[in-house]
Amino acid sequence: MSERRDLEVIAGLVPHGSRVLDLGCGDGELLAHLAAHRGCSGYGIEIADGNVLRCVQRGVQVIQLNLEEGLALFEDRSFDVVLQLDTLQHLRNTEHMLQETARVGRIGIVSFPNFAHWANRLSVVRGRMPVTKTLPYQWYDTPNIRMGTFADFEVLARRNGLTVLDSFGLHDGAALRRWPNLRASVAVFKFERGDVAPTA
Amino acid sequence: MGSIGVVQPQSRRFEQPLPLRSGAALRDYTLVYETYGTLNANASNAVLVCHALNAGAHVAGVHAGNENSEGWWDNLVGPGKPLDTERFFVIGVNNPGSCFGSTGPMHVNPANGKPYGADFPVVTVEDWVDAQARLIDAMGIRQLAAVIGGSLGGMQAMAWTLRHPQRVRHCIAVAAAPNLSAQNIAFNEVARRAIITDPDFHGGHYYAHGVVPARGLRVARMIGHITYLSDDSMAAKFGRGLRNGSLGYSTHEIEFQIESYLRYQGDKFSEYFDANTYLLITRALDYFDPALAHGGDLAAAFAPAKDNRFLVISFTTDWRFAPERSREIVKALVDNRIAVSYAEIDAPHGHDAFLLDDARYHGVLRSYFERVALEASAGHSKGGGDAPEMQSPVQP
Repeated sequence: MSERRDLEVIAGLVPHGSRVLDLGCGDGELLAHLAAHRGCSGYGIEIADGNVLRCVQRGVQVIQLNLEEGLALFEDRSFDVVLQLDTLQHLRNTEHMLQETARVGRIGIVSFPNFAHWANRLSVVRGRMPVTKTLPYQWYDTPNIRMGTFADFEVLARRNGLTVLDSFGLHDGAALRRWPNLRASVAVFKFERGDVAPTA
Repeated sequence: MGSIGVVQPQSRRFEQPLPLRSGAALRDYTLVYETYGTLNANASNAVLVCHALNAGAHVAGVHAGNENSEGWWDNLVGPGKPLDTERFFVIGVNNPGSCFGSTGPMHVNPANGKPYGADFPVVTVEDWVDAQARLIDAMGIRQLAAVIGGSLGGMQAMAWTLRHPQRVRHCIAVAAAPNLSAQNIAFNEVARRAIITDPDFHGGHYYAHGVVPARGLRVARMIGHITYLSDDSMAAKFGRGLRNGSLGYSTHEIEFQIESYLRYQGDKFSEYFDANTYLLITRALDYFDPALAHGGDLAAAFAPAKDNRFLVISFTTDWRFAPERSREIVKALVDNRIAVSYAEIDAPHGHDAFLLDDARYHGVLRSYFERVALEASAGHSKGGGDAPEMQSPVQP
């Protein structure tokens, strides 16, 4: 199943033994995976009651917060890795959250639907908004309020003084490093703040 | 999922004085307590339930001969309930200074053979926790699986991890706060003044006069009650409803439904609650402030709790112990890299929500206790590492 492989690809970006903050952690699956297979610890942030409950059920430490309110709860660089997976497209204050991610974590990892994926382009060329596995909503009821592309994020990262450590596309559970903006339905970026010395 | 049924209060006398924070000591005192469920062979499944202002040891079940004597947290504690008495040994204990059986202001002061009255020593949350620790010592329990409480009870649950961190594994603090705000202390002070200025108060020695300051207690309870409900729930329950359907143009009579409700609550309360206890317990609330000894640094205060695990729960419409206050607790724990989960329950009932059985709220408690139970049945004890099946996958 590609979602599972996506999860493993993302987990592979997280160093062993990291303290992790997972923004929009959903039902806690990734945190549980990171704890079990990579010796990581940390917290998930989640707003939905049902997901908070699932996290508690599986023993994942979860903190119920609205990410739109920022990350005032967390000190600068208090986590090794801050994950923001499949989340930024739902946020109104996307750019602020990106800055917060870079502030709280030594490393940030972000993933989001890549609107420039060829299938999406094709749909728009035909005159319709795409409805795909990655973007499964009709335009009038989508929770995705920020549609961007792999290439767009490179610009936003530069604008915010972030140093991209790694970036690639994800599609059907495979990491794509050639022409990700065209070939991948999901964009993945690993970055750190440009104004701090690289961590070992 | 049913009631635990008929339960029997028990009591234990402690002859060794309890040293208090004030420097005084409580001499020769008795604690009333109740237990539900069975303590397992390695005494690893005990859960202590701490009470708030207006409750005691009677947490669940009913007392013999009185079907209406349901315990104050009966919707949470019982067979098959979120705090399942088929898996846990649950302890409710009435704190000293209270008026539900344990030694309090209306009991005899061994120093002079008269009721304590106003001479009952000022007790703090920390003093209560120390008294509770002595009780579990006497029960042969070295370490509690969990301690849980709401409001003032949540403060006690936290104080356990600060004073006796090795003697408890999990702390569940519901609708709590790291200290009272000035506004909260102000409400308490108005309530206290209502009692103290009642002509029947007699400086706290009203027992000798054969009276109780019922008027003061009524007003104190009315004020308290307003702060336990949300504006929305009051509007939904009473609105501007009139008791007699039309205005009576009276300043003395009950006109609005909310007045009728508050007077009823006040009357009921004044019949069973002791005025000196009200003063003592509101003071304990005012004084609780673990950060004070650390220059206001709550994170420093929580440093001893590094091996404890926390569940913090707040309610969106609780303005007496607002979610922001619970987030302060969560932040202090996160700063210490302590394990914590936090649920902010969207409930309309204000502070009172912690006593109600909202499905989301009880769902989180049930799930959390299920994990605590797995750990307890594996004979987990702190220091030896997590039992495999309880390995909390994400342990900060």
